[in-house]
Parts: sequence; structure tokens; C-alpha cells
Amino acid sequence: MSSANTQTTLSRLRGLLEGPNTLGNSKSFWVGFVLAVTALAAYPQVTDPYSALQTSRYFALAFLAISLCFVWGYCGVLSFGQVAFFGISAYAFGIIGINFASTAGATVALFGAVTAGTFAAAVLGYFMFYGGVRDVYVTIMTLVVALVLNTFMGQTAGSEWAVGTARLGGFNGMTNIPNLTFGIVFQTVGFYYAVLFALVGTYLGLRVLLNSSFGMTMVAVREDEERTATFGYNVAFVKLVVFTIGGGLAALGGVFYASWGNYVDPSVFSIAFAALPVVWVSIGGRESLLGTIGATLFIERMRTGLSSGIGPIGPEWALVIVGGLLLAVILFMPAGIAPTLNELKNTILQRRSGRSPSGGPTEESIK
Amino acid sequence: MPFQISAASLGALFFQFLNSFGFIVLATVGLAIIFGMMGVINLAHGEFILIGVYGTALPYHAGVPLPIAMLVGVFVTTVFGVIVERAIVRHFYDRLLDSMVATWGLSLVVAQLLLIVFGSSLDSISTPLGNVDYGPFSSSVYRSILLPIVAILVLVGLYALFTRTEFGVKARATIKDPETARAMGIDTDRMYVTTFAIGSALAGLTGALSAPSLGSITPNRGGTFLVEAFVAVVVGGPSVIIGTLSAAGILSVFNASGSFFVDTFFGQMLMLVVAILALRLLPGGITGFIESWRQRRGAE
Repeated sequence: MSSANTQTTLSRLRGLLEGPNTLGNSKSFWVGFVLAVTALAAYPQVTDPYSALQTSRYFALAFLAISLCFVWGYCGVLSFGQVAFFGISAYAFGIIGINFASTAGATVALFGAVTAGTFAAAVLGYFMFYGGVRDVYVTIMTLVVALVLNTFMGQTAGSEWAVGTARLGGFNGMTNIPNLTFGIVFQTVGFYYAVLFALVGTYLGLRVLLNSSFGMTMVAVREDEERTATFGYNVAFVKLVVFTIGGGLAALGGVFYASWGNYVDPSVFSIAFAALPVVWVSIGGRESLLGTIGATLFIERMRTGLSSGIGPIGPEWALVIVGGLLLAVILFMPAGIAPTLNELKNTILQRRSGRSPSGGPTEESIK
Repeated sequence: MPFQISAASLGALFFQFLNSFGFIVLATVGLAIIFGMMGVINLAHGEFILIGVYGTALPYHAGVPLPIAMLVGVFVTTVFGVIVERAIVRHFYDRLLDSMVATWGLSLVVAQLLLIVFGSSLDSISTPLGNVDYGPFSSSVYRSILLPIVAILVLVGLYALFTRTEFGVKARATIKDPETARAMGIDTDRMYVTTFAIGSALAGLTGALSAPSLGSITPNRGGTFLVEAFVAVVVGGPSVIIGTLSAAGILSVFNASGSFFVDTFFGQMLMLVVAILALRLLPGGITGFIESWRQRRGAE
């Protein structure tokens, strides 16, 4: 009796999580997903604390990646400025956390910082989407916003640039940012689990959102703005909501990032850092949240690995390899690695069984 | 400190404006041609300019006279541009966003390779032509007089090239309607390569001319060029010459007065903020706005 109940709850849950807008709608995908999460959860137990700490930084950056994946891959808004919300939130976390140095203060800082980043995204989004700024102009405006912040924070070295007791610190950055605190303080392995938990939760939550009717509207806006508007949707509003949510995701990543190193500096607003989310998302596949997360973990792990150099290849080759990888993926797999693999799997299945693969209707089958 | 406006300080402000104007026009024009004519945003534009800088500085340090070194810089950048067009950019002519991402990847690779091959900096080249002094101020003749003049000459030359020559007509036909252009016997592929080569040559020229005024030459300077060019292109809008001219004029007024009255940080920020506001108020850029205004007036 109870197993039948579990069965229905599970299938209802799958109904919420699955749909044409996300890859991975099969039972085998979920088995693999659970195995992967279990492996990541076991990782700190079998490795040294240093590696676990490094990996938790990649998790923090993965939030930045999925924020871009969400706005660009699913709503067609290519923002080069997700790092702006990431950085605003990181600085806000530092400012609040340093001024109210207590467990409660740091918990408040977490919420305050995410609110600040989200609010910044909402303001910029309103400014752009209700002002008719579109396509490539959105891309450039978001990048310019990040660069303005980069220029501004870079010149805050003087002691007059302080909020309460928190010195902004110019190019040297802001130090003594508190640890991640949510009632209790999370450090090293605790931090690892906190961020992993948040990442898995965010991923599942976004899947539900993307497969809901709002997710369908987002994809409609991506595919054809005019047509979506003709059907009576308020395109500017949809884009604003999406951009705000994306800003919130980036802001959450910013909090994790700042509390990871207890430090933030203006390089989070720089062109070099702004390029990274675009690299991760393009390589992983902009229409695949999981592909994006995987690409982030892989590329950042590779960059760390190269930072000590491998054989004759010194650390300075890391960016060349990353840039070259980006070029190659865009040239040969424009959709990114995960969607290309999925396509490949579908073709193989199709050939083997001679019928279309199970799962939701794909764009091809509709055509 | 109450600021007194004297003839000399107004002159200094004007020279600052000319300096900024010349720089922005030169940095922008190559990008503007590629964007305006081909609809591709080349995010590696800063690195194209940087190749012009390196192509000038390396022969110069090897003992070649500066003007000839500059020609080498232009040539090297043009060749590089043609290779990039054939290998990468031609796949992206109808994919604007992908073209941005791909060229961004290219810019990472180029900047890092320059660092690996040539080290963290090259020796600077001293600015030729000396200074002009007036009152308590002095301005570099090269940066505040020669560069703006070259910038204007480049724009005039481009105007003539695209409106008065057979090549210009064919190139514009190709951009407007490639199918029909092909049907009329125009080799559109060649038009694309040539236009991209012109854009690259202009980037190389910018690099060559900037090489003596940069101070130390480092591989991360590409970003500086890119930002100014990028902002000016989108503020200017799709029309290459009028757009570049008007955007560079407006942006350098704010950049120069911000730098002059407060400091260079403030000038830079003021310019970027103005660009954001301009984009918000004129989503199609200045020339897009003029175009729609003319259409509205024509309809009435």
C-alpha cells in the first residue's frame, strides 16, 4: 500500500521535474543523477580538506553559470554582466557581515546580500526591457555596467571609502569577510555540504520552473518575441522576471564566493571574469543546466590543475586552452556539449529501435 | 577648490577633448565597419589593435624607423584579419550572439599567446613630435593634434571608398542583399573578406599609431581599446561614419571634461554612464534615431 503511494508521489514529482525544456527525462538519467550527487557528497570523506575546499569554490561559481544559462539559454537574453550581480552581492555580504560581526549578523548578511544583488538586477532589467533595449545592446549594456563597477571599486583604496567599519579597499579588495552563516557557521567541509545542498536544490527548483507554464513562456520569448507578444504575453515583464531571478542566482553565488575566501576584490567585475560564465555556458550547452554545471566544474578544475603546470605546459597556457576550447565548441557544436551528446544519443536510439525516442516532443519532431 | 576658467585651461580642456576624440574614433572605426557592414561584433577587436601595436613595436625595437614599423604593424594585422575571417568569422555571418562568443574566445587566446611569446611587457616607444606649451599646461602634439587629424582623414577616406568607388557600391550591395548581389555577378565571398580586411587594417593602423603613446606595452591593453570602441559603436548605431563621428564626439566631451575637472577614473566612469543612458534613450544608437526621425518626417 505504502509502496504504491511512494510510486505515485515519485511519478508526480517526476511530472513536475520533467518536460521538453530540460534534458534528462528518463529513469536512467535520474539514477545517474542520484549516483552523481551521492559521489559528490562522499567526496570530502575520501579526499583531503584542501581539495574539498577547492571544489566548493567551483560550486559557488556554478551558481554564476546557471544564472547565465537561465537568462540566455532559456530566455535569449545574453548578459555579459551576471558578474555584476555576483560582485554586488559579494561586496554587500562583506559590508553587512563586517559591520554586524555576529552569528545573527552574518545570517542577515546572507539575505541582505542576495536581496541587494537581486534588486540590482531588477532595476537594471526594468531600465533595459521597459526601455526597448534589445539583443546585442542588452549584452553590451550589461558588460558596461560591470565595467563601471570595476572602475569605481578600483579607485576606492582610500580610507574615506568605507561603509561603517567595512573598508572597500580598492584593487586590494575587501578582507575579513565572515564565513557563510545560516544560524550556524559553515566552514570547510560544512561549507562544502551547504553549497552542494543549495546547488542541487537550485537545480531541481529551476527544472520545475522551466517545465511550468512560465518556463514555456520564457522559451517562447526566446524563440520569437513578436509572436509571443501577439499571443498576449507581456514580453518585457517576462524578461524582467527572468533577469531578476537570474540576478538572484548570481547573487547567491556571490555570497558563497565571498564567504569562501573571506575576500572579494574588483576583479569580479573585470572583463576577464565576465568572460568565464559565457565560456562555461557555451561549452556546457546553454540549454542544459546540468551541462553548464558540469562544464563549470570541469573547466575550473582544469584551470586549478594547470595553475601548477602539467609537464611542459605551464600555468600560462590555461587561458589559451580555455579560449581554444570555447572557439572549437562554438564552431563545431554550436549548442554546446551536453545538447550535442543528447542529440547523438537520440540518433543512436532511433537507429537501433527504428522509432522516435521516448520523452517529450522535440523541436525536430514538431517540425 | 574653486575652479577658475582661463583661456589656458579652456585650451587644455580642448586638447584633452581632441586627444580623447582621436583615440575613440580610431579605436572604433575598424569595429564599426565590421559591425555596420557585416553585422558581426568582433570582441577580439582590442586584440587586433594589440597585434598592430606589437607589429609596430617589435620592428621598431629592432632598429626599423618608426613610420616603416607602423606600416609593418598594419600589414601584419591585415593578414591576421584575413586568416581569422576565413577560419572563424565566416561561419557566423547570420549568428550575431555566437559571433560575439567565438571572437571573445579568440581574444582570450590571442592576448594570452602574446603574453607567452613576448613576455609581460615590451619597452615603450617615446612619443614623437614633442609638446606644445601654453600657460601652465602642455599637450602632446602627436596625441592631441596629429591623431585627431588622422582620425578625420580616415573617416573621409572611408566615405569616399564606400560611396565613390565601384568596390564600395559592390560591398554595400553585398551587405544589403547578398542573394541579389550574387545574382548580379558580385563575388560576395570576396566582398566579405575584403571588408573584414579593411576593418582589420584600420585596427592595425590604430595599433600602429597608438604604439608610441601607450607607455609600456602589455598584452592586457586590448581591453582598454575594446571598451571604448564597443561603447562608441553601439552609441553611434549602424551607420559607420556618422555614427562613429557623433558617438566619438559626445563620448569624448564627457570623458575629457570628467578627466579634466576630476580625474581619469571619473572621466572613464562618466563616459560609461553616459553610454548606458544613451543606449536606454536611443536603443538604435544615434544614427538609428536619426533614421527613424527621418522616416517619421517623411511619412507625415
